[in-house]
Amino acid sequence: MAVPKRKMSRSNTRARRSQWKTTATALTTCPNCKGQKVSHTACPTCGTYKGRQYAEALRTEHAG
Amino acid sequence: MPTPTKGPRLGGGPAHERLILANLATALFEHGRITTTVTKAKRLQPLAERLITFAKRGDLHARRRVLTVVRDKGVVHTLFAEIAPVMAERNGGYTRVTKVGNRKGDNAPMAVIELVTEPVSPKQAVVKEAEKAAKKAAPKKAAKVEEPKAEETAVEETVETPAAEATEVAEAPAEETKEA
Ligand SMILES: [Zn+2]
Repeated sequence: MAVPKRKMSRSNTRARRSQWKTTATALTTCPNCKGQKVSHTACPTCGTYKGRQYAEALRTEHAG
Repeated sequence: MPTPTKGPRLGGGPAHERLILANLATALFEHGRITTTVTKAKRLQPLAERLITFAKRGDLHARRRVLTVVRDKGVVHTLFAEIAPVMAERNGGYTRVTKVGNRKGDNAPMAVIELVTEPVSPKQAVVKEAEKAAKKAAPKKAAKVEEPKAEETAVEETVETPAAEATEVAEAPAEETKEA
């Protein structure tokens, strides 16, 4: 079984982990309320999607 | 016809997935709309639509086949007596999945799956009629270049007025279901 020959230094570990990056979610504007929303999803601000209302989608800023 | 799923089952195994989907289908027909994860909603959709197809057939054999999935006789009765007549004019697409953002506890993407109770929009009917007329007109190859243009403008004019009516009709039932 193949095993590492040397212990990996903290520097190398951190250098590798420095490449773990996230990307910002691409957002669109809601045609109904002009708020920001994820596309193909009911609007979290006003709850509409293609003219239909979804109360389940509503989110306030504090209660996630 | 539901396409066989690849990859891991929902829950612990095949039997668990069948149970989960059967329970979800029962809840969907009982309440008309349910909130669940996007994955479960997408797996439920073909099964639920197939059950509605059985309900539209309406005979005893179809009822027994539905009863093998939905074990609740009361729910099967509402499916055959109330849901099937609403779907009579609709050719497939009986359910609708809408994403509603992520759940707070585990950030799971959630969706609402609901029965499409709106009447089949007159806009679609007009478009279909126009297409049929276009197909009938197409074999006349002599005036092929001039005819389609004239038809296209005619179709656009006919479509515009029913479209406005269709949105009004579609909004009214949606509000009713929300209150109920
Ligand atoms: Zn909005």
